[in-house]
Amino acid sequence: MPKIQSLEELRTLRAQLKQDIKARTETSTTITVGMGTCGIAAGAREVMQVFLDELATRAIDAHVVTTGCIGMCSKEPLVDIQQSDGPRITYGNVHPTMVPRIIEEHLIHGNTVQQWVVGQLA
Amino acid sequence: MAELYRADVLVSCLHGRSPELVSALKQELDRRGLAGEVKVVETGCRGFCTMGPVLTIQPNGIFYTDVQLADVPEIVEETLVKGRAVQRLLYKEPATRKVIPNYDAIPFYSKQMRIVLRNCGMIDPQSIDEYIAVGGYEALGKVLSSMTPEQVIAEVQKSGLRGRGGAGFATGRKWEHTRKAAGEVKYVIANGDEGDPGAFMDRALMEGDPYAVLEGLTIGGFAVGTQQGYIYVRDEYPLAVQNLRSAIDRAHEYGLLGSDVLGSGFDFDIRIVRGAGAFVCGESSALMQSLEGKVGEPRAKHVHATDRGLWDRPSCLNNVETWANIPPIMNKGGEWFASIGTERSKGTKAFCLVGKVRNPGLIEVPMGITLREIVDDIGGGPPKGREIKAVQTGGPSGGCIPASMLDLPVDYESLTEAGSMMGSGGMIVMDDRTCMVDIARYFIDFLKDESCGKCSTCREGIKRMLEILTNISAGLGKPGDIEVLESLAKTVQLASLCGLGKSAPNPVLSTLHYFREEYEKHIAEQFCPAGVCRALIAYQVVAEKCKGCGLCIKACPQEGISGTARQPHAIDQVKCIQCGACFEVCRLDAIQVVPRSAVTVGSNGGNGYKPVREVVR
Ligand SMILES: Cc1cc2nc3c(=O)[nH]c(=O)nc-3n(C[C@H](O)[C@H](O)[C@H](O)COP(=O)(O)O)c2cc1C
Repeated sequence: MPKIQSLEELRTLRAQLKQDIKARTETSTTITVGMGTCGIAAGAREVMQVFLDELATRAIDAHVVTTGCIGMCSKEPLVDIQQSDGPRITYGNVHPTMVPRIIEEHLIHGNTVQQWVVGQLA
Repeated sequence: MAELYRADVLVSCLHGRSPELVSALKQELDRRGLAGEVKVVETGCRGFCTMGPVLTIQPNGIFYTDVQLADVPEIVEETLVKGRAVQRLLYKEPATRKVIPNYDAIPFYSKQMRIVLRNCGMIDPQSIDEYIAVGGYEALGKVLSSMTPEQVIAEVQKSGLRGRGGAGFATGRKWEHTRKAAGEVKYVIANGDEGDPGAFMDRALMEGDPYAVLEGLTIGGFAVGTQQGYIYVRDEYPLAVQNLRSAIDRAHEYGLLGSDVLGSGFDFDIRIVRGAGAFVCGESSALMQSLEGKVGEPRAKHVHATDRGLWDRPSCLNNVETWANIPPIMNKGGEWFASIGTERSKGTKAFCLVGKVRNPGLIEVPMGITLREIVDDIGGGPPKGREIKAVQTGGPSGGCIPASMLDLPVDYESLTEAGSMMGSGGMIVMDDRTCMVDIARYFIDFLKDESCGKCSTCREGIKRMLEILTNISAGLGKPGDIEVLESLAKTVQLASLCGLGKSAPNPVLSTLHYFREEYEKHIAEQFCPAGVCRALIAYQVVAEKCKGCGLCIKACPQEGISGTARQPHAIDQVKCIQCGACFEVCRLDAIQVVPRSAVTVGSNGGNGYKPVREVVR
C-alpha cells in the first residue's frame, strides 16, 4: 500500500473503497458477527465457526466478517445478515444450534426467522 | 499468464438448478464473437436462492436476479455490448416483508444518539479500509491541510467538549495550556485504563473503533505540538490491545502515522503501554508514573501535568472517549457539537447501563437526558415485579441517586449536586432487593484494595470504614457507628492526595444521605429490609398464602423445608442458610423476609408464628 500523500488522495481512495464495498454488499451476502469482548464471552466465536462450517458444507458464498460491540450486550451473540444492498437484519442471542435454521430459512428461502430477529438497520 | 478479460459474468446457480444458463451465456457470447473478451464464471451460492439464478457483471457491479434462459440474448446485447443495464432484471427490494422494527424504532436505540460510538458494531475494527470508507481520517486530512493548531484548539473550545474520564475538565483549555507550556518535547496521552467495576465503554470503543481513537489523538498531537502519543490500556483488555496494535500498524502503512503524515510534513507516532489493571493508575499523575515504568502512585498536583507531566514534559491526558469525539467535531464543527446537550455539558456521553434493568448494555445519550429516560425507556425498566431503588453513577467513588430523583438530568453539574458524579460512565441500576449498606460495603471493599497506600488517611481510613460497614451488615453494628463513619469519611476526603481518596467516601456518604434509615434499621432493629445481609434476616412461610406446591422444598439446597402437599410448608430455621432460593421460586409470595429475631429456632417447624427467642449465631 503506497502511503496516502494528501487529503485529495485520501478522498479518491475513499471513493474507491466505497465503490468496492458497495459492489461487495450489492452482489453478495454479508454475515457480520459481533466479536467484541461481550460477544466472545457470550459464545460468538463458536457461532462464527458454525456459520463458516455450515456455509462451506452448503457451498454458499458469503462474506463472514466481524465487528465490535453495538451496545446490546445482553443480546449477544448478535449476528447481522445483509443481502445485497437490503436491510441489515440482526439476530440476537444466537446459539450455534440456531445457525443451520437461520441459513436454511434466511439465505436459502429468503424468510427471516422472525422469532429470533432483534431489528434491522435500513 | 492469466488472460485478461474486459468483463466477468459471475453466475451463481441455485445449487445447480440452472446449469443451462452458463452454457447458454457462453454460446451467445461465442455467437457475438465476445468469447475472448468476456469471461463467464460459475460461482457458489450467494445466499440469494429465493431470487432465482443470480448474475453479476463486473467491473460494473450490475446485479441481476431471477435470470431466465430467454433473458440471455438481451443481457449480452444490452449490457455486454452496449454497457447498459436491463432494468427489469435489476435486483429490487422485496416490497413488504413482515415488519421488522428498524433500529431507531427499537426502544433501546430510539433515545440514543451515537457520535462517539458511531462505528462500533458497524464496521470491522481490524479494517482501515472500512474506517476510511465511512469517512474516517477526513477530519485529520482537513486539519492537516487547512487548519493551524490554534484553529483546531479554538474549534475544540467552541464545541464545549469536556473530559469524559472523570472530572469533566474543559478539553480545549487543557490543549491550550499544553500548547502554550514551555518546552520542545511534549506528549499527548489517551487514558484507556477504565478501572470502574461494571464499566466497559472505553473497552468497547478501543475494540470496536480503534482508528477513531488514533485519529483523535493524532489531531490532538498536531494541536498541542508534539510528535509522540501514548495510549495507556489495561492488559486485562487483550482484544483492545490487539485491535489498537493492528490499527497502528495499518495506519503506518497508509501514511496516517509516522513521518510526514498525509504528506503534510507533520510527524507523529503512537505507542501502546499496557497497565497492570490498577484502578489508581487511571488517575492522571499515577498513570504518568506508570508510563515511566515506576510504581503507579499519584503525586501532588501543584504543578499541572500540562506543564510538567510525563518525564516532566508538558503532557495532555484525555480519556479515550474524549479523543474519539475529536474527529466528528473537526468534521462538523464546534458549533454543531455545542448544539447538543445542555448549557454547560455538551455533546453525548457513553454509559454502561448495568444492573437491574431488562436491557443492560452500552449506550450513548445526549447530555441532559433524564435518568428515568435511560432506565425506563432505554433500559426497559426493572425486571418484572421489581422496583427501582437507586441508580449508581460515577464508578466506585460515585454515588447512589435514589429513585425519587430519577428525573434528574444527566450532566456534570446535576450529578455532582446530587452527591454523585459523571465519572467515566458506569451506571448501575439497583432494585428493591439491593441493600444500600451492602452496596457501600462492596465499593469500599474495592477501594480498600485499590488504594495505593501512599496517604495514611486513604490507606487506613478506608479500611476502618470497611470494618464498620462489615460489622453493620453482620449484625454487629452499634449506636454511634454512623457518626464514626461520617467523621472518617470527612477525614479521608480532606487529607488524601488524589481523587481516589478524595472521592472514596462518596459511596458511604451518598447512601447515608439518601438511605440513612436503612443503616439505622441494620443497627437498631438488626434487620436488613432488602433481604441481603444474611446475618440479619430469616425466611418465613406465610401460612395463609402457601398452597403447599412444594417448589420451595425442591429449591432448598439444605433440605430444610418440609410439608405435605397442599398444606402450608415450614422452614427449619436451624438448617436455613438464608440463601433465598425458596423466596425466588415461590410464585405466590408466600415466603417473606423477616428479622432474625422474629423467628424461633427449632428443628421441627419454626413456622414463624410463635414468639421469639434470641437467635444464636
Ligand atoms: C482514582 C481515579 C481513577 C481514574 N480512572 C480513570 C480511568 O480509568 N479512565 C479515565 O479516562 N480517567 C480516569 N480518571 C480521571 C483522570 O485522572 C483524568 O482526569 C482523565 O483521564 C482526564 O481525561 P479527560 O479530561 O478526558 O476526562 C481517574 C481518576 C481517579 C482519581
